[in-house]
Amino acid sequence: MSLSDALLLPVTDEDGAPFWEYTARGELRVQACASPACGELRFPPRPCCPHCGSFASEWRLMSGRGRLWSYVIPHPPLLPAYAEQAPYNAVLVELADAPQIRLAGNVVASPDAPLNSVDPARLRIGAPVRAAFCPAGPSGSVTLVRWLLER
Amino acid sequence: MATLKDATAIAGIGQTAFAKRLPESEKTLACRAILAALDDAGIAPSEVDGFASYTMEETDEVEVAKAIGAGDVTFFSKVGYGGGGSCATLGHLAAAIATGQASVGVAWRSRKRGSGPRPWKNTAVQLPTPAQWTRPYGLLRPADEIGMLARRYMHEYGATRDHLFNVALACRNRANQNPDAIMYDRPLTREMYMTSRWISEPLCLFDNCLETDGALACVIVAAERARDCRQKPVYLHSVAQGLPAQHHGMVNYWNDDPLTGPAWAAARQLWKQADFGPNDVHVAQIYDAFTPLVPLSLEGYGFCARGEGGAFTEGGALESGGRLPVNTGGGGLSEAYVHGFNLITEGVKQLRGTSTAQVPDAATCLVTAGEGVPTSAVLLRS
Repeated sequence: MSLSDALLLPVTDEDGAPFWEYTARGELRVQACASPACGELRFPPRPCCPHCGSFASEWRLMSGRGRLWSYVIPHPPLLPAYAEQAPYNAVLVELADAPQIRLAGNVVASPDAPLNSVDPARLRIGAPVRAAFCPAGPSGSVTLVRWLLER
Repeated sequence: MATLKDATAIAGIGQTAFAKRLPESEKTLACRAILAALDDAGIAPSEVDGFASYTMEETDEVEVAKAIGAGDVTFFSKVGYGGGGSCATLGHLAAAIATGQASVGVAWRSRKRGSGPRPWKNTAVQLPTPAQWTRPYGLLRPADEIGMLARRYMHEYGATRDHLFNVALACRNRANQNPDAIMYDRPLTREMYMTSRWISEPLCLFDNCLETDGALACVIVAAERARDCRQKPVYLHSVAQGLPAQHHGMVNYWNDDPLTGPAWAAARQLWKQADFGPNDVHVAQIYDAFTPLVPLSLEGYGFCARGEGGAFTEGGALESGGRLPVNTGGGGLSEAYVHGFNLITEGVKQLRGTSTAQVPDAATCLVTAGEGVPTSAVLLRS
């Protein structure tokens, strides 16, 4: 499969790069203000804190637990690699540790299962999920965060 | 403080045919629409000294100005965020004309979205969304991105597919009265809607706008001058742009309240500058790239309370004779999708009294731009 036929990989930037470095280690971390007086989480990552203006930041470890905030089931026309797996689910997960932080992803049956590996009828807003880490791209160059339904 | 209130007016409008495929180039279509709008106003192209369009517009002011025979151009501006920029093009020209930077302004949009490529297929271009956080997971198209908000909206407020159908039907019914509309001769039924194919559940085919080739333009001048032009002036009563705090673009998933989008911010500014309120709006042209944008916008612009946008559509409220007739030319869903510019020209037609679905004695019209993205809106009055 040529790269252009494959699923898209994150095109990272300077602000977002640490997120992907942590996922490669199997850690879900969210950027937070490192000013002791503030400490607010923020997502997507950015150079400075919108609450206090501090440029000091750290990456705070999350439990990886969350709930479905919403989801869609895309159908073609889609890019070829996605059309092959359609209809699949794309979800937004609100993190248990920080409900205002919502991560896009896919609910899958196992970390490396296809995007359509869970029956859409099993998806419900509010359903509990937990993060799974899925190496993707040539020689697993990026580790995507996917989601497993909690039993 | 100086105000733009009624300081400028739309003196001319022009458009090409709308179709899935037009043979001419975007540049040619742009020139045709602009020259038609100038002719409508009775103003010579050599008098044009201001231009405004969208950053996504591919025909630039250099090409357009030399093709139509404009004079010295002293103001030009482009507004970002796709269809969110539509009404802002008028606002920028109004500000320029009211402050003496230009005297005859042209706003335009020319687009071959019908026969050209779908923007989301170009994966090398990062659209104005934080794509690294969404696209790998198959949130590829605007329909997927808005579908996510739509499902949450339906979940929180009990809005239904019937409410979305009400939006699609009102637009289609008006298109069936408008010979220029792509869907002029194609009625829509509830059964067609409910059995149509999915695009991104919960959105089906008829929740999505058309894919259209076409171009439109407006000519804006000072109010005083407009009164001497060929057509009845349509005044720019209030204009506003809106980029709310902590907004994230089409994927507005990361602020505290993703269901109060840019419409709310634009509305606050729009009404603050206006002499009248939502209850005084006779007809509205509401940006409808996707049906859920209409209930979201009805809430944002204050026609109903939060969460009531779905219910607002019941009982024919959006139809002719209803509480708030909308998208009376058929809108993006059923007339043409040209990034919302046809909503502006339809607003002008209503206030001139020349719409194909004329609201009797319409004297005020709200026109909105893309919701979800940083947006803009204008209040027109006759």
